[in-house]
Amino acid sequence: MPERKAALSHTTIYWIGFCVVMALLIAAPFALSTFWQRFLTEILIWGLLAMSSDLLIGYTGMVSFGHSVFFGLGMYGAAAALLMVKPPNLWLAILFGLAGASGAGLFVAYFSTRVRDIYFAITTLIFSQIFYVIIFTWTSVTGGENGLLFSRPHFTIPFLVDARFTTATMHWFVLAVVAGSYLLLRRITQSPFGMVLQSIRENEARTRAIGFPVQRYKIVAVMLSGFFAGLAGVLYALQNEFAAPDFVYFVTSGDTVIFNVIGGIGTLVGPIVGAGFFQLLREMLSRIFGDQFPYLIPAGFVFIAIIIFLPQGLLGFARRWLNK
Amino acid sequence: MSAVAASATPLVQVEGLHTYYGKSHILHGVSLTVQPGEVVGLLGRNGVGKSTTLKSIVGLVHAAQGQVLYEGRSVTSVPPHKLAQIGIAYVPEDRRIFRLLTVMENLRVGFDRAGVTEQRKRELLDKVFAYFPVLADRRNQAGGTLSGGEQQMLAIARAMMLEPKIILLDEPTEGLMPRMVSQIRQIIEALHREGVAILLVEQNVPLTLETSQRVYILEKGMVRHHCASSEIHVDHDVIKQYLGV
Amino acid sequence: MDILSSIPWELLLIQTVNGIVTGMILALVASGLTLIFGIMDVVNFAHGELFMLGAYLGVIVVATTGNFWIGLVVAAGVVAILGAALQVSTLRPLIGRDPLNTILVTFGISLILQNYALWQFGTVVRKVSEPIGSYFTLFYLQYPWYRIFVAGLAAAIIGALYVFLKYSKFGVWIRATTQDRTMAQAMGIPVPLVYTGVFALGAGMAAASGVLFAPLGGVAPTMGLDWVLKAFIVVVVGGMGNLGGSIVAAILISLLEAYASIWVSPSQAVIVSFIALILTLLFKPTGLFGTTVTR
Repeated sequence: MPERKAALSHTTIYWIGFCVVMALLIAAPFALSTFWQRFLTEILIWGLLAMSSDLLIGYTGMVSFGHSVFFGLGMYGAAAALLMVKPPNLWLAILFGLAGASGAGLFVAYFSTRVRDIYFAITTLIFSQIFYVIIFTWTSVTGGENGLLFSRPHFTIPFLVDARFTTATMHWFVLAVVAGSYLLLRRITQSPFGMVLQSIRENEARTRAIGFPVQRYKIVAVMLSGFFAGLAGVLYALQNEFAAPDFVYFVTSGDTVIFNVIGGIGTLVGPIVGAGFFQLLREMLSRIFGDQFPYLIPAGFVFIAIIIFLPQGLLGFARRWLNK
Repeated sequence: MSAVAASATPLVQVEGLHTYYGKSHILHGVSLTVQPGEVVGLLGRNGVGKSTTLKSIVGLVHAAQGQVLYEGRSVTSVPPHKLAQIGIAYVPEDRRIFRLLTVMENLRVGFDRAGVTEQRKRELLDKVFAYFPVLADRRNQAGGTLSGGEQQMLAIARAMMLEPKIILLDEPTEGLMPRMVSQIRQIIEALHREGVAILLVEQNVPLTLETSQRVYILEKGMVRHHCASSEIHVDHDVIKQYLGV
Repeated sequence: MDILSSIPWELLLIQTVNGIVTGMILALVASGLTLIFGIMDVVNFAHGELFMLGAYLGVIVVATTGNFWIGLVVAAGVVAILGAALQVSTLRPLIGRDPLNTILVTFGISLILQNYALWQFGTVVRKVSEPIGSYFTLFYLQYPWYRIFVAGLAAAIIGALYVFLKYSKFGVWIRATTQDRTMAQAMGIPVPLVYTGVFALGAGMAAASGVLFAPLGGVAPTMGLDWVLKAFIVVVVGGMGNLGGSIVAAILISLLEAYASIWVSPSQAVIVSFIALILTLLFKPTGLFGTTVTR
């Protein structure tokens, strides 16, 4: 009797794929110039921001136009730690940043989850603008328009390691954080909690009718989303050594949504791909047409075209597969 | 079925209609015809797809399969507002008049069409107010303030403003008092005398059999029986079988 | 009492006038937004950019013809046509889909329009001179007649909109479609056309507001975002889909901001609108005049 070859299970294929991608990303610094290394690292950071937003858009069905505030507060929180505590400590920076972002998350969540759908999107937008105005005008604390400058801390493990970050090691640190966040978010979306979120996305009224305290779930979802967005902000601060109000401005929130839609919502990795696609497009266009070229115009057309014709986004076809 | 003389082209012809609400397969290949000027009844229990059939004809529900022909031409993918403009009027279950608009405004919507002269508009209004004097009295009141029976009259009146060749009437007597029911009967008969075709969905079997020339009986999304109204009466086995309580 | 004399009465009255002037322009902008949302369920993110484009067009036409009023009419007309084109090409394909798609698409449009303006006109703020240059004495100030005129014209446009909605054929169509889109279609109302028309109308109103505002504050490619943000707040506070509510809320918020500007800087005075929003969300999320409308 001929033996049937067992097909590779989905899990196996998935993890093989994951390892391949990770291997490529780890090896990248050896193959790329400094410019492209930093470019890739930034894609990962924006990807993390977009991924955090996907938890809301793709899994809970809530579009946030205010993620810039979480990103920004993560950045400023890290800045605060690095400027106020000497010697500047990496872990403290992360802690402060996450605290700031989560705090904002709770505040925004409390108000914005009172309203639904479109009103939710508008409310998050307005709240992020509130924070922008505060940061922009409170010059004594936040440096106002000019932002804050600080230096990158060392990578320290107490008693074991104390080393400066190089472009490559920074890249690996960011990669570790982003990959870890991805795995964590994946666990969350596949957990019972995540299932409830998806049920809210499918049919909020029914979920409530079954007995789930929908608003509480939404608040937690927004806070989690803010947490990871703040983490991205911290990474950005570490990578670039400055914090500026521009990042709290609406444009950052807008970019986040663009990455999500282009990459494919509800996939977690889609937004990272979206971020990469967008940044590459921008880089290419500015190289071909020069710095002054308004790359956002063709990008805007691509964005609209994808919404109308390819609403699932670039990775949307793989959505089910990525979530199993 | 029975010998019902088929004239040249039916006014409305439905062939093999299949429709879905989400995943639910509601209509399983419904076919029927309505001749010009004919009153045709559509009977069946609740939920068999009578309303869905009407909605499919008007284009408010998308048909997955099958087609709808109007005066011999396929209109399956014509948008609802165009169908209203070429003579198919629809009076839904629960009336759905514009509650925040006045009676006059509800009627206006019907005659504010291309090619209707001012004189014709006045004639239509006069005719409708003759049929339904109570609407004339309430012409400047908001639709939502009318009673159930008055709203039903308004719903039919504004359909008449479209000068339709066929009116799709969905359960016009539902929730009405007996006096109003007989008024509805008179209106259907009057419209029939004017040559307007009617596809009548009703739970009221006697009314349907009295006013229509032919009936179809629907069950589980399919036509199960079709004959002239004169051939059956309320106690007929067929009625008991498909509509019996 | 001494407290009474320390209240800057004259300043308060001047700010009342200023508040009403800004409020009327804001009301005009917000009305267009509410109209579009109330009838089509579309949150028009690009509304601010339509306002901005109207202002630029106004500036250009004034520069070429020397006539402000021609500029107003041309700007409103051209942007209305642009709005219709946008609606047909990008929003019509989305009818029936999740309304969140429309906010994303209009966001994309705002991106394109804003960057186009940045590209073509640069970041320098353009100035336009007022068509009515005379002043009258308001207390100790020489107050421009133009401002009063703007408030009046904005009110007139809103009034015309009201009359149009209530009495004209298209107005009845719009109101019927808002109440019951399905039956409107069944009654022969060309609903897709109504949607396009409403969007064009809203766009035209936004453009007109932009032209009216131009002499007051100058024209820059980024002016749209601030206005649309405030208009969104007004619409939420007033009750989404409620035209009267938007107008009241616009004037109320503008008045409060004008008063706040007496004590704090204008960029901080915007906090007032934020507080109004927070209070509304806390105590009456459906808005001051909002009711749950069943469709």
